[in-house]
Parts: sequence; C-alpha cells; structure tokens
Amino acid sequence: MSPGRGNSGFTKAMLVLGFVFLYAPILSLMVYSFNESRLVTVWSGFSVKWYGELFRDQQMMDAAWVSIQVAFWTACASVVLGTMAAMVMTRFRHFPGKTLFGGLITAPLVMPEVITGLSILLLFVSIGPHIGIGAQRGMLTIWIAHVTFCMAFVTVVISSRLQELDRSLEEAAMDLGANRLKVFFVITLPIIAPALISGWLLAFTLSLDDLVIASFVSGPSSTTLPMKVFSSVRLGVSPKINALATLMILVVTVAAVIGWWVMTREDKKRQRDIQLALQKG
Amino acid sequence: MSHKLLRSVRRRLPGSRWLVIAVPYLWMLLFFAIPFAIALKISFASAAIAMPPYTELVQWAGDKMQVTINTANYLFLVRDSLYVNAYLSSLEIAVVSTALCLLLGYPIAYAIARMDPATRNVALMLVILPSWTSFLIRIYAWVGILKNNGLLNNFLIGLGLIDEPLQILHTPVAVYIGIVYAYLPFMVLPLYSNLVKHDHRLLEAASDLGARPWKAFLTVTLPLSKAGIIAGSMLVLIPVVGEFVIPEMLGGADTLMIGRVLWQEFFNNRDWPVASAVAIVMLVLLIVPITIFHRYQSKEMESKLT
Repeated sequence: MSPGRGNSGFTKAMLVLGFVFLYAPILSLMVYSFNESRLVTVWSGFSVKWYGELFRDQQMMDAAWVSIQVAFWTACASVVLGTMAAMVMTRFRHFPGKTLFGGLITAPLVMPEVITGLSILLLFVSIGPHIGIGAQRGMLTIWIAHVTFCMAFVTVVISSRLQELDRSLEEAAMDLGANRLKVFFVITLPIIAPALISGWLLAFTLSLDDLVIASFVSGPSSTTLPMKVFSSVRLGVSPKINALATLMILVVTVAAVIGWWVMTREDKKRQRDIQLALQKG
Repeated sequence: MSHKLLRSVRRRLPGSRWLVIAVPYLWMLLFFAIPFAIALKISFASAAIAMPPYTELVQWAGDKMQVTINTANYLFLVRDSLYVNAYLSSLEIAVVSTALCLLLGYPIAYAIARMDPATRNVALMLVILPSWTSFLIRIYAWVGILKNNGLLNNFLIGLGLIDEPLQILHTPVAVYIGIVYAYLPFMVLPLYSNLVKHDHRLLEAASDLGARPWKAFLTVTLPLSKAGIIAGSMLVLIPVVGEFVIPEMLGGADTLMIGRVLWQEFFNNRDWPVASAVAIVMLVLLIVPITIFHRYQSKEMESKLT
C-alpha cells in the first residue's frame, strides 16, 4: 500500500470504534422509545404509546413551540449579522478596532455557557429598565442571548465560504460599474447561498439545543424545550423523552441527508460548468 | 492603471461599509462585551434581599457620591476550600478529557483524511450528525446505559464477566465518558481540516528514505498538524472548564465542577454577587487559552486575505 493514501488496520479499527461510540447511545435511545415498559432499560414488548403520551403532554408541546419560534428568529437574525461580520472579517483589511472585533466574534465560540448566560442576564437586569428591554424576561431576552452566541458560529461558516470565493468575479462586476451593494446582492450572495443555509440550520439547532443560557435569561412564562426536558429527566429517566429524542433525531437526519444531497448536486453542477467553460476557452 | 485607481477611490468611500461594520460590532459590544463589565461590577456588590438581589456600588447621599467596593466575595472564594477545589478539579477534568478526545479523535480524523474524497464526505457527515441532535438528549442517553440496572451492566452480567453491577453513573468515569462523547466532534473537525491539506508526497518521500510508518508519522505528520491539535484542544478545553449539564446529569454529588458551583450560587442560593465573582475568576483563568484560540481562529479566517 502506498504510504500516502489508504488506512492501516489500526486507524480503521479506531474509526469503527469511534462510530460505535458515537452512535450506540443514540440507537439505544431510539430502540427503547418503542418499549412498552416504563423502565427504560427492560424490554417488555413493542409499543408506540410513549409517542402518544408525548403529544398529550401540553407543557412539553408549549415548550417545544416556544423553542421553535425562538430558534427560527435566532437563525434569521444570526444569518444577517453573521454575513455582515464575515464580510468584515474576510474583506475589510484595516479599520480602527478590528482586533477587538475579531475577539468579539471568536470568543463566543468557546466561552463557557454559564459565564455568557449569567453576564447577559446581569445586563438585562441592570440596564434593561433604562432602555426598555428585559424588564419582562421572556422570548425576547432569550432571542437576544441566542443571537449573540449563534452569530459567532454562523460567521465562521460564512467566512470559510467567502474565502474560497473567486474575488475576480466581484472585481469584474465592480469594474463594469456595479456598486458594492449591487455586487454583494448580485454576485456574492448567490455564491455563498449554501453557506447561508448551513449557517441558518446551525444557528437553528444551536438555539433549539441551548439549556444553560436560556435558563438564565428566560422568564416565568417562557420555558424552552431543553428546560422542560432537563427538569423532567432530573426526576428520572422517562420513555417520553426517548420518544422526543427519536423524533428529533429523525428530523435532523432527514434534513442532513437532503442538505448533503443538494450540496453534492450543486458541487457536481459547478464542476461541470467549470469544465464547460474551460473547453470553450 | 485607471481601473485600479478608480477602485481604490471607490473603496475609500464611506457609506454601506461603515454600516456593515457597525451593526454586528455594536450588537456584540452591547450583548457580549458590556455584560462582562457588569458582571465585574456586581462581583463587588453585596447580596441583598431585593430585586435585583444585590446592592448598588454607587449611592448618592445628598450631593455626596458614595462608592462601596465589597471585596468579600473574592475573599470568600479564596478562603472557602470548596471554590478552590472546584476550580482545580474543573481544570483537571478539562485537561484529562481534552487529552482523551485527542487520543480518540486524532486517529479518526487521520483515517477520514486518508479516505478517497467521496467516502470522506460521508464519514465527515457521520461525525457531525450526532452533534446536530440535542446535546441534552445525548447526555441523557448515557444515563440509561451507565446506571446500575442499565444497558452496559446488563450486558456485562449477561456475558458473565461481572456478578454485581458496576457503579459507573454518578462517578467521575461517567463524567469523562459524557465529556469525551459530547466534545469529540469539536476535536475531530479542526484536526481533519488540517490533516486533509497535507501533501501525501511528504510521507512517500519519508518512506522512500527508509522511515518506518510510525517514524514518518511522528516526524512528518504530527508536527505539521500542530495548528489543528491546538485548535481542537482549545475548542474542548475551554467550554469543558465551565461545563454544567454533564457533571449535573452524570456526576455524583461530590463531582465538583465550577460551572455547577456557579449554577448553584445563582439559582439555589440566589447569591448573584458571589456567582459573578465565580464567573470573573473563571474568565481570568481562561484568558490565556481563549487568546491562543483567538489567534488561531483569526489566522484561519484571514489566511486568504492578501
């Protein structure tokens, strides 16, 4: 075997081990969601009754609805702000305060959630009454906190796409007299559209998943789904949570497979276009 | 020439450019930077039975301004061994689990980087996919596996390897399993994106010159992947120091982690000033790793800006 390609027995074994480690817990959740018994680990027959129980749990459904709304608006705002920030990071060379800007964009990627959550709550409590936000904590404050940390992740996704983009296209358009704004909307935006979609989906899942930050900034009337799940698993394992997990995993998998299929098709199409252009030239 | 001149003139024009900078900048200043300053301020306040539950630092008595700086919260953190121990054990857990993620994640990233491009994308998607499902639910899955009458113990008893169930849940071992499980993709991704860029011919050259595969790996691949190792390690280490969900769900009552202590100070004791002091000290401890990560990340983002 050539030393540059292919894998040895050791790396193959580690790969298999890694995938078993990643997927065994998820599969066990899914299998036991169809278990008749309340005891999550004793199999007593096939049943879908926990799915019924899940949908009859009004608190759980309300929490899910809160989470979906927050995640939707978080994703939209994060993509807009993240695109701006990514343009700044990749296109603007120097401006006063660029170092600080870079720090504000990368720090949320690693900042422990308890620190972010506590700090932003303190902001809402201490200056909220003066500027009119956060006086009533709820969906608005969760949305602001989520946009703040999701935007950083979206910025990374969009930046890497912007770096790959061929600058000569933008420059050609500008030479032909288009202004910056027009170049952005006509040339840049369509090319980075796949990154906008993956950024949107990433922000949506990050927001939908967040327990810690939401716990700090939510109010009494706005319990999110992770908060509800957390309080119910604290009381012990419940097959209803397995049913919920299975549904979430199915949705994510279907979305990922569709996304992957669209991306590969786009890639193939682009490769073909480049080939055609080369042949003509 | 005139093109270039025109373009540079156009580039200097103010307008949409400043708006593009200002909107995300102001958002992050207001909702990310200023909150830390407020947390710093409140860490010098005293707890009070009021809403909000802390005293004001600045008070006006007639036309006299009174500033009260209360350092008791910090002294409390230093004197009470609970906090010192919590910081130390969080750092220890974070360092050990980062090393475990690296040991498991490196071979995975390496194997994926050496696949042919079509299978590579599928394998990469399989690594990322679990992290798109709920973090909380993936940790919850381990409760069912690790508990005394859980799947793992039943399996081992069924095989006849053990007679008594092993106590794994609510021990540090469970916390390590949970952390490595949840953070593994964060290690694999930067390692992969580094390893996939390596030039195969370097390894071929090493092998032609008589280096054994292990020697070639240690002298060629490993040093070249330093940037990926640092990025992956920081992506695991920093958030794990403040982790709350994993020690809460998988750890025992004696699993001390500072994120959990902060949570309890805030939600159970309602002592906001002490919670703020805990957060500020954690932030100070993490400044160095965050700076290392920031340097790597901004290099990544600007690498092609020439």
